[in-house]
Amino acid sequence: MIRVVIPYHLRTLAQVTSEVEIHVDGQATQGALLDALESKYPMLRGTIRDQATKERRPFIRFFACGEDLSLESPNSPLPDPIVKGVEPFRIVGAMAGG
Amino acid sequence: MSGVRVLVGTHKGAFILTSDAKRKKWNVNGPHFAGWEVYHMHGSPVDPNRLYASQSSGWFGQIIQRSNNGGQTWEPVGNKFAYEGVPGTHLWYDGTQHPWEFKRVWRLEPSLTDPDTVYAGVEDAALFRSTDGGQNWQELSGLREAKGHLWQPGAGGMCLHTIIQDPSNSQRIYVAISAAGAFRTDDDGQTWLPINQGLNSGEIPDTSAEVGHCVHNLAMHPSHPNILFMQKHWDVMRSDNSGDSWKEVSGNLPSDFGFPIAVHAHEPNTIYVVPIKSDSEHFPPDGKLRVYRSRTGGNEWEALTKGLPQSDCYVNILRSAMAVDALDSCGIYFGTTGGQVYASSDSGDSWMPIVSNLPAVLSVEVQTLP
Repeated sequence: MIRVVIPYHLRTLAQVTSEVEIHVDGQATQGALLDALESKYPMLRGTIRDQATKERRPFIRFFACGEDLSLESPNSPLPDPIVKGVEPFRIVGAMAGG
Repeated sequence: MSGVRVLVGTHKGAFILTSDAKRKKWNVNGPHFAGWEVYHMHGSPVDPNRLYASQSSGWFGQIIQRSNNGGQTWEPVGNKFAYEGVPGTHLWYDGTQHPWEFKRVWRLEPSLTDPDTVYAGVEDAALFRSTDGGQNWQELSGLREAKGHLWQPGAGGMCLHTIIQDPSNSQRIYVAISAAGAFRTDDDGQTWLPINQGLNSGEIPDTSAEVGHCVHNLAMHPSHPNILFMQKHWDVMRSDNSGDSWKEVSGNLPSDFGFPIAVHAHEPNTIYVVPIKSDSEHFPPDGKLRVYRSRTGGNEWEALTKGLPQSDCYVNILRSAMAVDALDSCGIYFGTTGGQVYASSDSGDSWMPIVSNLPAVLSVEVQTLP
């Protein structure tokens, strides 16, 4: 299982209180993880990436193992510690006031 | 005993205010969707417990929420708003053409006859309809064929903010767009006509152009569906022929700039506006918050001030932030960017704040409950 941390407002929307665990069939890529996340929590569709183009929303970032993976290809394999559940994949709302 | 439910959308969540028919004591429930912008909430006229809410965020985009129990609980429904076909382009601030891009839902208008049918007015301006309670949305794309390439964003974005269904003609719908103007369909949304003849706008090169006007709000009384009232960027306007032509009825208003316009529930010729100082200031003239009422369908206006701050008041009242109830003594409600929601239970003669410290109010709707 892959551990995913989602931002506070999306936890409220998905009615979860902490990180979520996601099973990914096949190769664990960033795109496959987001597909599985949206499949388990359909109310998150459109909140992290565009529903049609699958592009990441501008104020969303993806962090893992101390690295910013936001600009990685959706087809890139996720790091081993993420795949093995040692570290969480973090979906973060960009710092911006208001 | 009957009562009222006031649906308040704010910059940081939604609030539901309820009272009995006396409208003296209020219960404040919320925030719902805390931290999100709620541009609009609205209830079905045929099932008052069916509510729809537009919840959005610059980070996380658009969510549509639905309630089947008057706002006690909510469930997210469909939020995929895909323009029909190739979206094309519209006029941009610098005169160039700019691609159509969905940003948010400004208005949710439930059908007059079916609680599962609801219209959504969106930015960039377009009209969508759902017939399954908000799960799936289809664009009524004929609207953008009404010279959409000449529409342009106002300061608040290029938004479809007003949707009015004609209760006497199920095929007829009116919408208004900033900054494009007013439009009418007579075939249930397939084709649309610009209805802007008589508007005069100094902000565009051809001041009487067919489209391009910054219409802020429209209002209609259901018993006189051919009479429309408009608060334009500047000018309060009236049409007696379903929008085919307009005449100015600003009369003695201290400023004919403003955002909302509303019609009394039982007096089709009694209308309300809130004059605002512009350009750019966007607060009440002289720091005095005054609702203006015309009992003659325009031209002759009286200031309503009892209970409203008459000094040092510098709030704005946005286009969707005024509504009326249908109790015997008609109630008028409006919300401010300062977080106050004011109510009058006597047609505007006197006012009291229901709440005073909400986030900036984006919209106010009122349901009259049986």
